[in-house]
Amino acid sequence: MVAETRAQARRIVAVDEEAARCGLFPGLALADARARLPDLAVAEADAAADHALLRALAAFAERWTPMVAPAGRRGFLIDATGCAHLFGGEAALLADVHARIGGLGFSVQCALAGTPRAARALARWRPGQIVPAGGEEAAVRDLPVIALGLDAETRSSLSRLGLDRIAALLAQPRAALAARFGDTLLTRLDEITGRRDAPISPLRPMPLHVAERRFADPMADPGTALAVLADLARELCRLLERQGKGVRGLEAGFFRSDGQVRRLQTATARPTRDAAHLAHLFRERLASLADPLDPGFGFDVIRLAVTACDDMPEVQPRLDGPAEADDLAPLVDVLATRFGADRVMRFAARDSHVPEAAARTLPAQREAAGRPAAPWPAAAPAGLPPERPLTLFARPEPVETLAEVPDGPPLRFRWRRVLHEVVHAEGPERLAPEWWAEGVAALSRDYFRVEDQAGLRFWLYREGVYGRETARPGWFVHGLFA
Amino acid sequence: MTTPRETLAALRRSVAAMESMDGLHQGGRACLPLGEPLDGALAGGLACGALHEVFCGHRGVATAAVGFAAMVAALARGPVVWIRQDMAASETGALHGAGCAGLGLDPDRLVLVQARDGTGVLRAAEEALRHHAPRLVVAEPWGEPEVLDLTATRRLALRAAETGALALLLRPAAAPVPSAALTRWVVSAAPSASGRAHELGPPVLTLDLIRNRLGPLGRWTMEWDADARSFAPFLRAATPHRRLPAVPVHRPPPPRGEPLLGEERAATGQRIAG
Repeated sequence: MVAETRAQARRIVAVDEEAARCGLFPGLALADARARLPDLAVAEADAAADHALLRALAAFAERWTPMVAPAGRRGFLIDATGCAHLFGGEAALLADVHARIGGLGFSVQCALAGTPRAARALARWRPGQIVPAGGEEAAVRDLPVIALGLDAETRSSLSRLGLDRIAALLAQPRAALAARFGDTLLTRLDEITGRRDAPISPLRPMPLHVAERRFADPMADPGTALAVLADLARELCRLLERQGKGVRGLEAGFFRSDGQVRRLQTATARPTRDAAHLAHLFRERLASLADPLDPGFGFDVIRLAVTACDDMPEVQPRLDGPAEADDLAPLVDVLATRFGADRVMRFAARDSHVPEAAARTLPAQREAAGRPAAPWPAAAPAGLPPERPLTLFARPEPVETLAEVPDGPPLRFRWRRVLHEVVHAEGPERLAPEWWAEGVAALSRDYFRVEDQAGLRFWLYREGVYGRETARPGWFVHGLFA
Repeated sequence: MTTPRETLAALRRSVAAMESMDGLHQGGRACLPLGEPLDGALAGGLACGALHEVFCGHRGVATAAVGFAAMVAALARGPVVWIRQDMAASETGALHGAGCAGLGLDPDRLVLVQARDGTGVLRAAEEALRHHAPRLVVAEPWGEPEVLDLTATRRLALRAAETGALALLLRPAAAPVPSAALTRWVVSAAPSASGRAHELGPPVLTLDLIRNRLGPLGRWTMEWDADARSFAPFLRAATPHRRLPAVPVHRPPPPRGEPLLGEERAATGQRIAG
């Protein structure tokens, strides 16, 4: 039995069968229950855990259809439109839901109706019922008005008027009801009687295309699972070929027979219909998992869903056309799948004189989405060194310096505990902060390219203009030249 | 079974191999010329389809080796995959797009992979060498990870031989151990050509070839010309015509507009420099 503290009183929230037989019911004060049965076993209610459990169950329910939405505190809705025949009809589907969720150790009440509200009300008050199309009004007539899910105030005024059944409400003139109780009551009434349909908002976005395999016996071999995925990928690619589209994002769902669901995503840099490539991506994805895919007692459904796709017209490859061998996209996909999309990068030129801002990298997979086309600086002309360092420190490293004059280059400096004698220096190159973009009072920097006695080259800067911005300018190594 | 697409790709590769001007064939081996006198010792250039190791001569600062890899990448054609361990980025700094461009390496040719550890670097390198697209794969683990042994380098060398790509293994903060590399280099920075105190010249590297299965060893000091994308022997006494007057750091930017081809860019560079 489960209890919680509500309105300064400990009240019962839920009871098991045994407690129900003893006459306990939800809403009863815990003190009253204790008076009747002194040795009650009471557990504290945990709304968050209940919610999480319900979400997990809803994820499990996606094995029937991706249109699943949690409803209220202890239920969920499945939109079975157009998919009941896959399970042998509506009655068989309902029986399957009952058996599988019941098999996990829950007591189940379910019903099937034309609108979400009617189905919810029937599952609560007339479990097991399957309402034929258009039969909602007849089915809900003798349900109590609580089934409408109205607020407490409306409920109590309805009961004061003696309108305790839906049939009684239906007998009233609509205009009078609207005037007395507002539009909400009529909307709810229409929803429950099937005159108005309210779509459910599914837990997760609907995939664009889905292919799946169901197994009569749970399947526990990861190798077979991969083979099945490859098969499903081929199926989806054939489907997309007819529409002239290519896959950009995929999600594989592994439904375990004990209710656990594991989902793996993968993405591609550009639309593809290469099923072997997609299967290879999933192989990489499985290999890179920190906690490997655990089949437990086996999977009984494996589903592959296309979460994103793009136009991909069929192009005849030409011998003298752009070489596909130079196409890095498949390699980028594999590496991004294994190491993460944010670890496979490309340079993106940006029109900024602040070195950190100009040195941006973008995930290589996103590059196809259109890159800002700022030009790269030209190669250093003959006889001159490059203007920008080959490597840049994410955080400039402070150095101790000795300079001849406050605004000149340093004579020597100590970086990472090593003293470097400056032999050549060029500068300063003053870079002012982008005050219009940053909004913070950064100091301007005077950059110097310096070379030490060994030929090592550094990109040093002095932060702040001496005398105007700061009295003690700090020195930093920002990058290294080749 | 080969698909028409694969057949076409193979055909294209063999045509490219026949046509390629930079791939000299000596004894059936394609290679990337680095310029004389290096090519003499290397029997034509850095051999493609093989593994080459690059160590760094300086303790702590590995930019010379990184720079050498960037210069080799600038000489090579096609896409480059550069795999770095995170530690390398925090020790040597992250690769800078504008800096690569300044050395003559088009940053758009680069795909950067960041791996957490040495194992990740090796895995990514093997995967990259398995594909035909990248013609140069640079793997940069940091220090001396245990997984990087003779077997691991042999695997890399085999993969490179299968696809014909050039594999560069950068070994910052590491000492040479037996490996399957065809050549082994120790690269260090050298003082640049400059007569004056306040002026830098183009990058100069001392290339020490300490292992070479194809020919003699050697030690060269080479200057990199970013604009012409070539190595040239570095002469300590700089020739007068090459010396330039001191230039302010704010040099006029090259005219921008249409993307320049190599020859045109060289001409522009001359104009600015002279």
